[in-house]
Amino acid sequence: MDITFLLNGETVELADVDPTATLLDWLREDRGLTGTKEGCNEGDCGACTVMITDEGGAKALNSCILFLPQLHGKAVRTVEGASGPNGEAHPVQQAMVDLHGSQCGFCTPGFVMSMVASHSSGAKDHDTQLAGNLCRCTGYAPIIRAAKAAEEHPVPVWVKDEPVAALAASPMLPGSSDELAAVYAENPDATLVAGATDVGLWVTKQLRDLDPVIFLNRCDDLKDISITDNEIRFGAMVDMNRMGEALTDLHPSYAEMIRRYASVQVRYAATVGGNIANGSPIGDNPPALIALDATLHLRKGDTRRSLPLEEFFIDYGKQDRSPGEFVEAVSFPRQPDRLKVYKLSKRFDQDISAVCGCFNITVSNGVVDQARIGFGGMAGIPKRASHVEAALNGKPWTQETVQAAILAFDDDFTPMTDMRASATYRLETAKALLERYYLEDQGEVTNVLEVSA
Amino acid sequence: MSVTKPLPHDAAPLHVSGTARYVDDIPTPKGTLYLAFGLSPIAKGKITAMDLSAVKAAEGVEMVMTAEDLPFANDVSPSIHDEPLLSDGTVHYIGQPVFLVVATSHLAARKAARLGKIDYDEETPILTVEEALAADSRFEEGPRIYAKGDADAAIAGAAHVIEGGFELGGQEHFYLEGQAALAVPNEGADMLVHSSTQHPTEIQHKVADALGVPMHAVRVETRRMGGGFGGKESQGNALAVACAIAARATGKACKMRYDRDDDMVITGKRHAFRISYRAGFDEHGHIQGVSFLQYAICGWAQDLSLPVADRAMLHSDNAYLLPNARIESHRLKTNTQSATAYRGFGGPQGMIAIERVMDHAAYELGLDPVEMRRRNYYDPAHPPTMEPEHLAKRPLERVDPHEDLTSLGAVEQVETAPPVRPVPEGGNTTPYGMEVTDFELHGMTEALLKSSDYVARKAAIETWNAKNSVVKKGIAFSPVKFGISFTLTHLNQAGALVHVYQDGSVHLNHGGTEMGQGLFQKVAQVAASRFGIPLEMVKITATDTAKVPNTSATAASSGSDLNGMAVKAACDTIRDRMADYLAERHQADPSSVTFTDGHVSVGEERYTFAEAAALAYQGRISLSATGFYKTPKIEWDRIKGRGRPFYYFAYGASVTEVAVDTLTGENRILRADILHDAGASLNPALDIGQVEGGYVQGAGWLTTEELVWDDKGNLRTHAPSTYKIPACSDRPDIFNVALWDGQNREETIYRSKAVGEPPFMLGISAWLALSNAVAACGGSYPALDAPATAEEVWRGVQRIKGGI
Repeated sequence: MDITFLLNGETVELADVDPTATLLDWLREDRGLTGTKEGCNEGDCGACTVMITDEGGAKALNSCILFLPQLHGKAVRTVEGASGPNGEAHPVQQAMVDLHGSQCGFCTPGFVMSMVASHSSGAKDHDTQLAGNLCRCTGYAPIIRAAKAAEEHPVPVWVKDEPVAALAASPMLPGSSDELAAVYAENPDATLVAGATDVGLWVTKQLRDLDPVIFLNRCDDLKDISITDNEIRFGAMVDMNRMGEALTDLHPSYAEMIRRYASVQVRYAATVGGNIANGSPIGDNPPALIALDATLHLRKGDTRRSLPLEEFFIDYGKQDRSPGEFVEAVSFPRQPDRLKVYKLSKRFDQDISAVCGCFNITVSNGVVDQARIGFGGMAGIPKRASHVEAALNGKPWTQETVQAAILAFDDDFTPMTDMRASATYRLETAKALLERYYLEDQGEVTNVLEVSA
Repeated sequence: MSVTKPLPHDAAPLHVSGTARYVDDIPTPKGTLYLAFGLSPIAKGKITAMDLSAVKAAEGVEMVMTAEDLPFANDVSPSIHDEPLLSDGTVHYIGQPVFLVVATSHLAARKAARLGKIDYDEETPILTVEEALAADSRFEEGPRIYAKGDADAAIAGAAHVIEGGFELGGQEHFYLEGQAALAVPNEGADMLVHSSTQHPTEIQHKVADALGVPMHAVRVETRRMGGGFGGKESQGNALAVACAIAARATGKACKMRYDRDDDMVITGKRHAFRISYRAGFDEHGHIQGVSFLQYAICGWAQDLSLPVADRAMLHSDNAYLLPNARIESHRLKTNTQSATAYRGFGGPQGMIAIERVMDHAAYELGLDPVEMRRRNYYDPAHPPTMEPEHLAKRPLERVDPHEDLTSLGAVEQVETAPPVRPVPEGGNTTPYGMEVTDFELHGMTEALLKSSDYVARKAAIETWNAKNSVVKKGIAFSPVKFGISFTLTHLNQAGALVHVYQDGSVHLNHGGTEMGQGLFQKVAQVAASRFGIPLEMVKITATDTAKVPNTSATAASSGSDLNGMAVKAACDTIRDRMADYLAERHQADPSSVTFTDGHVSVGEERYTFAEAAALAYQGRISLSATGFYKTPKIEWDRIKGRGRPFYYFAYGASVTEVAVDTLTGENRILRADILHDAGASLNPALDIGQVEGGYVQGAGWLTTEELVWDDKGNLRTHAPSTYKIPACSDRPDIFNVALWDGQNREETIYRSKAVGEPPFMLGISAWLALSNAVAACGGSYPALDAPATAEEVWRGVQRIKGGI
């Protein structure tokens, strides 16, 4: 397919691009722009971070798992374009020099581009903005000092990009869900690429040749967020940063989990539809959505159907999705916020959950009305803790009830041991999370992230 | 003077603009080929059949090589030639290179490397301490033992005895820039190699042997690494040798870089240890005797494991005067990646055990852990009171010139040394008989306790813990005393080459490599100070084996100590020549000629440095000089464990506070206070950078960084998705780092101290603080393993609550 985008302010037109060529390889190998580094080639270290500007504004993204067709119509800015036309340093660059933010320097271009992007948007939650950039030398302290020092400086004009008007590049880059439905029906064996945060690794790590590939990122109607009195609905292509923002006031614990979900760069690419459709047992959205009683909306050609989200996950690697059918949206009822989402992992930020426990327990007059509990990491699929729910429903909301219900986890789950956690730890902390939910409800301090020296 | 100034890293403007060049960024000649290794999928066995036809037929493949195709040495070992570049028919770990693909692109090479069809006669791998001991699978003939006094008797007679042990995980370096090399064939049989290495001379040596040429035919250049941490001391050999061989075979430039997953699967890591201890104390907490049993898991090849394990033994005292000590060290050979150098080089593993003993004993005796430590510190700094133990000079023996003498794994010839005088009883000596005369920790501890408000915070934590049942806090103190020098004594030498051009600009080269630590800047500051000129007049250039030969690895924190002194010597030679010349012309005394503020003054005359350089040139004065330095006073017998292996010690101390969720084990660092001794710092900004970064890396080792192998020997944590180094928010919320206002008591470069490795071990206080928080659950001493992941902390809570 033929694509058009801006690179550091200049128009680039590419013909017949390999649909799974990554931006990083193209920058380094075809353009000789070697400032952008490859650190891990899987979106976990941020050394390849570039700034992409589209209709949603300027964003930091990992170029190692960004396929060229995903750039069509957008503006790309690399570290070579962070400095001004006459070599003027961007405020974050100057601060990084002055405050000793670089040592070996290899992660530095990625940090600089994350900082250029967050500086453009005025973000000041630097730990969150930079959670996707690993540095092995500095211990991060001087980098954060630099980010803070740059806050007060205005955004240089030269980094202000606008997306470019671009015509449809190819049927494989559909511009709406209708076009997608049509082309997918014709190519039911195609690989759908939403944000490429998972599929990217099929290419960079598994070295798979994907053909054909359909890119969903131009289906704007799949990016809608609709919040009514009765329902909250996310289009499949809503990215995780937008989803987190939308949930901040409605379900803050869910939003806080999303803050820890991967990194800013990955969240700008990752979509809720992708996270559900790939069927991973350790995706963090499904257990939370299951706890919220979510409904999944699927479409194939002109046929639509909906089903409770938990029914979509049949078995490990197997979902209730037929060839040519795609996830269109996920929705759940408006409800008082009783949801707590607990993500256990080796590292707080940018780590895959060992266990993700999501509890939505409504209580009235001291009695449990309804418990909906979803777990990730505990089975081959995201799964409800039905026995635990049953042991809670209708019971007084007391420590005794909780202790009795905890035993039911043994009936719900037989987790496995892997490099993230042992089966014992998974099962026992799943129980402990119900206790945490109860104690938190009683006002106890239970979250180490909310404790200070 | 430009020394002592907190100047930014010399390459910082290049780093932030993406113009700092790493090996993979170097523009390559037309037709450059790219390499990838085919790897063994089994941990132990013999190759019975190899079908590489699909590899050869793959798109873009130009050549496929196996061990049989190697013209000369098939050896990338830095020590005893037990590490072939390509498998010699047996395989020893999952990830061992078996064949080499040469292709037209990095991707084509990677794809083809997965197409090999190889049959193996699989054997049962040795993966654990138990399996290695059962099979007596080890390096060296048996355990090394260093001893002072009679530890067993002292422990037996002590009022209080503690015993324990723990598992101590390894650590992936996770340098952000993976291993990389580029070989460019030059005319004749010459080869130019660009390598991301801490040890260009070793690369030169290995490449020369592999090509069957003298070392003079190979030139290795290293401008910078994107992080090293010890992981590029020997682990770059394979890539550089592979590139050189392929470049020779094809006549084209060849480049190789490991994809991150390959890098983690192929290369060695920090040695994992199992350590057990017994220690006896009197009722005041004075240590009577301690005995350590160390099992070092070395992996499949020797690499640098012997000096690493030695250094673990040498740091088993850390800051404490042990009247009686016994350290027994086993170096176990297993079918895993060959463990290698990593910041601290075994020191952290040795040190953490005595720190564990101190905390454990304080717990049992009901003493404050800081007080416990202070009672056992070495005596404060003082002039030597004892004659140093001198090892007799041995007659020179013949050395095989093909031995890689510049490697830390090189063979040391000590067997002919006569017995040394036994250690006098009661001296302020280490378990290896070295008198400690520069001990700074009494004053540092006092200052840190005050600045960190330790006493009040400890009380506040007790109050918090009494009120909160779920989230417990903990606090811990740990000191560092780290020995500075290569324990292989002959490596403690360095060379430099300095040119002054007729315009007064200075071109500087030395044997050290730049991996982010700021060595080049520090050394340039030295040169600028010697000539009294602004730093901008000094150009630091890539490390190059053609400019300075026979260099040691930039390791053991030695970079600025050794190279700073060598550069100083070279500069002073030129300066003296200029002074002599100008003095002669002005009929002045050469010693009256001064070099300050960019000017050279002689008598009443004042020249700019450039004018002085031009005059000297016209006067036919050589403005180029080499410099050389060797560390004085050191001598060491590693077999007997006797001598003075270290020129001096660097010190540090830290206090860390943590919070632990006792329900899940989730934990984090709330605050860290650090006071570190960099002597009279050459550059306080760079040194504080080393301290901050070292602490976080050390804390990462002991908390989130867990290496997991399955029961087949497969490394399951081979990418940042599964191996978790600290991220931004894992640094302490409150992070106070200060340098101790002191100076080296030995005559180092401007009285500074080495700073690369020592701060790493400040992270031990984070591990101890977690233990302290878990102890708040009551019951017994929470004997945590390391790393203390959330799961391990949770297990600790369960253990002392009697849950599991």
